[in-house]
Amino acid sequence: MSGGRLGAVALSVFRESVRDRVFYNLLLFAVLLVGAAVLVGQMTAGQDIKIIKDLGLAATSAFGLFIAVFIGIGLVWKELERHSVYSLLAKPVRRTELVLGKYLGLAFTLLVNVAVMAAVLYVVLACMWWISPENIRASWESPALDPALLVAFLLIYVQLLLVTAIALFFSTFSSPMLSAVLTFGFYVIGHFNADLKHFETVIASAPLVWLTRALYYLLPNLAPFDVTAPVVHGQAVSPGYVAMTIGYGAVYVAFLLAAGAHIFARRDFK
Amino acid sequence: MHAIDTEDLTKDYALGFWRKRPYRALDRLTLAVEPGEVFGLLGPNGSGKTTTLKLLLQLVFPTGGRAEILGRPAGDVSVRRRIGYLPENPYFYDHLTAVELLDYFGRLLGIGAADRAARIPRLLDQVGLGAERRLALRRCSKGMLQRVGLAQALLNEPEVVFLDEPMSGLDPIGRRMVRELILGLRDRGATVFFSSHILSDAEAVCSRVAILAGGRLVASGLLTDLLAFGIKGWEVVVEGADTAAIERVRAMAARVTPIAERRYAVELPSTARPDVVMAEMTAVGASVVSINPLRDTLEDYFMRQVAEHVRERQVRA
Ligand SMILES: Nc1ncnc2c1ncn2[C@@H]1O[C@H](COP(=O)(O)OP(=O)(O)O)[C@@H](O)[C@H]1O
Ligand SMILES: [Mg+2]
Repeated sequence: MSGGRLGAVALSVFRESVRDRVFYNLLLFAVLLVGAAVLVGQMTAGQDIKIIKDLGLAATSAFGLFIAVFIGIGLVWKELERHSVYSLLAKPVRRTELVLGKYLGLAFTLLVNVAVMAAVLYVVLACMWWISPENIRASWESPALDPALLVAFLLIYVQLLLVTAIALFFSTFSSPMLSAVLTFGFYVIGHFNADLKHFETVIASAPLVWLTRALYYLLPNLAPFDVTAPVVHGQAVSPGYVAMTIGYGAVYVAFLLAAGAHIFARRDFK
Repeated sequence: MHAIDTEDLTKDYALGFWRKRPYRALDRLTLAVEPGEVFGLLGPNGSGKTTTLKLLLQLVFPTGGRAEILGRPAGDVSVRRRIGYLPENPYFYDHLTAVELLDYFGRLLGIGAADRAARIPRLLDQVGLGAERRLALRRCSKGMLQRVGLAQALLNEPEVVFLDEPMSGLDPIGRRMVRELILGLRDRGATVFFSSHILSDAEAVCSRVAILAGGRLVASGLLTDLLAFGIKGWEVVVEGADTAAIERVRAMAARVTPIAERRYAVELPSTARPDVVMAEMTAVGASVVSINPLRDTLEDYFMRQVAEHVRERQVRA
């Protein structure tokens, strides 16, 4: 494993994705958010800054998901489809390094993406604060420029890292179509995973209980990464919770990357 | 130590969607290439040339047999610092330029920043890539991509260079450039292993060739050996000969073709002696314009080998 080579692979991914779609995404996001803020501001006379925060975090999640899935799958798939992997793998780079470097490159792209979105949201919130009269400001549940928002952004970012790892994992052995469907599937299931636990209590058959329990532990649990509700209502999110959630994400990501690299290292590039 | 060494190298691809059955793309190939050789892997489309190269670079894993480069097993990462590879119909990244691509690959090869900055423009000049080097690669034509592919294969001044159909997609100027590039590599002692289905390209640069058909090695050897037995006769062009003189020669000739007024191409069998014809012609005041040996070209040889292989297979079937 060489840092220089990982860095070189990661840099190429970052360059490619920045020139590909990401910046258009950011632009679209910013415009959308500002437009919505102005609209909401007009409608509610600045009453509900919550909506802006909700909207900003939801948009960050959604746009990030889009980038994570499509670029995440494209990372490996395009490399194989266009045969660029042939000349790449003739260089002194291990297949494992390639997978990891690609992942790091996209992780960095996503980081920039989430950071810019966070900055845009803060700018919009600052404007709201500035144009709102004192009595309205006083009615807000949480301050406009609430630092707790950063916690929400951080967990969104970790969730996106997890989704990227899922996309990368699937794309090491299946077609892009199937990978996209599976990744989105995992994302949706991931958010309703907790329901499997409840499901367990209402079924009688023992094998089915075991199956749902296995699925519950095997499938990613994404719901904990969404702390939008407490954050916009000004409720504290404990550092312990944040650390646990990040730890869970890190373990899951490590597992997926190891499995993906294992598959990638053994396959034929026909 | 051989530069390249394979023993019983075999590759089966799985065909079919539901019930996979193996399809043998390469069948027990045993080859050895010496350091400093320009070695041509020849064969018609689908004969297993690309498969051989991919096995040597471990882009696909062999079903059987082994492959070594510079004494190390194929797939050894450390040996890749010392080799270059041009894939068939190379393609790279949509949004990078040629310069950025080479810089990226240069980093992977562990070439320092100063070296990269010096080497990349020089290489791009050498392969004939002009202002296009600052263009996103998705806007490059096939010929331009081929040139970028060549440049990236030579970036680390490799000891062994693998070129899969290096002339394909290039215009005559490009083909000559590739020929000169290969000869330049040979002159500095590199080993060149290249595949082609165009035989005249191989004839111009190879010392040794192997011929594949249907995944099997059907012939290999020094180009001069493969062609030496092939002197089929002589072609003598004479000028100023009258009909009577030509009639005398016709007895020895396999064929006489009039070219223009009093000018003839006389084809002699390999048993005839061209100096006798020369003497006859000079005696009647005619002159000999040229004498050329009629050789088997690689093309003829190749067609014969492939035809034989096909016949063998039909007999077996
Ligand atoms: N990915 C693959 N799957 C199945 N068959 C393949 C694959 N790649 C090549 N082949 C088959 O293997 C044989 C050799 O192919 P190849 O090595 O590409 O030939 P060449 O480079 O000499 O044209 C051909 O019959 C081809 O159809
Ligand atoms: Mg080929």
